[in-house]
Amino acid sequence: MQEFRLEAYLPILLMFIVALGFAAGNILLSQLVGQRKQTRTKLMPYECGKDPVGSARERFSVKFYLIAMIFILFDIEVIFLVPWAVVFKQLAAQGAMMRNLVYVEMMIFVALLLVGYIYVVKKGAFDWGERARREAEAEARALKDMQKGREPSTNARAA
Amino acid sequence: METITQVALQFLAITVAFTVVLMIVAYTVLAERRVLGFIQGRLGPNRVGPFGLFQPFADLLKFILKEEIVPDKSTKFVYFLAPMIAIIAALMPMIVYPFGPAINLPFIGSITLVIARFDVALLYVLGITSVGVYGIMLAGWSSNSKYSLMGGLRSSAQLISYELSLGLSLIGVILVSGTLDLYSIVEQQGGYWFYVIPRWNIFPQIIGFIIYLISAIAETNRVPFDLPEAETELVAGFHTEYSALKFALFFMAEYVNMFTVSMLATTLFLGGWQGPGVAQFPILGVFWFLIKVAFFLFLYIWLRGTLPRFRFDQLMNFGWKFLLPVAILNIFLTATAVFIGTIYGWW
Repeated sequence: MQEFRLEAYLPILLMFIVALGFAAGNILLSQLVGQRKQTRTKLMPYECGKDPVGSARERFSVKFYLIAMIFILFDIEVIFLVPWAVVFKQLAAQGAMMRNLVYVEMMIFVALLLVGYIYVVKKGAFDWGERARREAEAEARALKDMQKGREPSTNARAA
Repeated sequence: METITQVALQFLAITVAFTVVLMIVAYTVLAERRVLGFIQGRLGPNRVGPFGLFQPFADLLKFILKEEIVPDKSTKFVYFLAPMIAIIAALMPMIVYPFGPAINLPFIGSITLVIARFDVALLYVLGITSVGVYGIMLAGWSSNSKYSLMGGLRSSAQLISYELSLGLSLIGVILVSGTLDLYSIVEQQGGYWFYVIPRWNIFPQIIGFIIYLISAIAETNRVPFDLPEAETELVAGFHTEYSALKFALFFMAEYVNMFTVSMLATTLFLGGWQGPGVAQFPILGVFWFLIKVAFFLFLYIWLRGTLPRFRFDQLMNFGWKFLLPVAILNIFLTATAVFIGTIYGWW
């Protein structure tokens, strides 16, 4: 364990300056050099050569939002675990009382989060496309039944 | 006066390290293309210079001379900001990795081969690499293209999911070493168990190592977790609308990330610069360090030549329903082992 010195953190700032300079330099260089023949089609959003349909800023699945929420909870857990993990050995060496306390306390914390995790899994927060797959399976089954009965007409297949 | 000299020295060291990292990255790209070529039974780029060794420079020149296209429906400021965030977040963690022990130089004296040494180095690495998600997410959103948006959404979900198991897998190492200072972690891994097995963290932390390796591959968007740029379905994912050097920045960010993630794996699990002969010739440490990092880089390329891509729901299921519980189990096991070990005085 070293004592705290602010100068030790100076390289972060220097590195940031170098990295920022590199990034900005690259973007600027790209602006200055290079040819420039822009047409309307070239500036369109790419959709495999066809005219773009609608805007890309549409609504997207709420699943992503859910994942982000759960991520925050568990990331905070990680942050709480880090300082505990750093001092665990030191504190454990300070006698049986302290050792049991530090160990049991953190295990209860992890267990509580585990309960929450099981709840989230049971709720189906991590099921991607489960419903769509069920629907597709049902559709396939219906199609099979129909084929057993009679030759499917084009209308029935479309439905 | 002394402070100014020190700052100048540090600045010099950072610039040198930065150049070296970029060169290594450039040649990783070349190595990848060559190795992939051999895996697939072709030669790979071998025309520019001997064995294609000048290929990276030819590529760079091409990138510079390419036309810059800014889609007219994009959000301009964010569109330019995104690649900058990506590359800065990729480059920043580079300074904390110890790539060699203290060595004696003529005239200068003893110096330690690490640019910045501070107590919270590991936390700093974790924090900065998380920022990289913003680069990809903002790139996907600001391009105002459907492919980009989908790629950006997918990758932000993927990156944050695997970041959890990545963070949790490191807790085991922290428990064993009791510090966040990377240099101390490497120092602790010197010596041998039973005179043959090196005291690397990989042996007590084998579960943690495997979890780290898998999550690291997912974090860097590499095969088999390269869904953000799944070219068969999303054209190029989040960087569909990027061209010229802005595209090059994303490209470089990916490879710099690969490199830093490999350095972290080496430092934490494979004993960093520890190896035979380091005690007598400290400069050998740099060699061992680079060999170990190169092993991980080769592993990345090898995987790319071997494995197909995951489906998105498989990816999410694997991350949340398998890796995360196993990572928590690993913490529990490690903590219990340290707990019992303290009672019986194993350390």
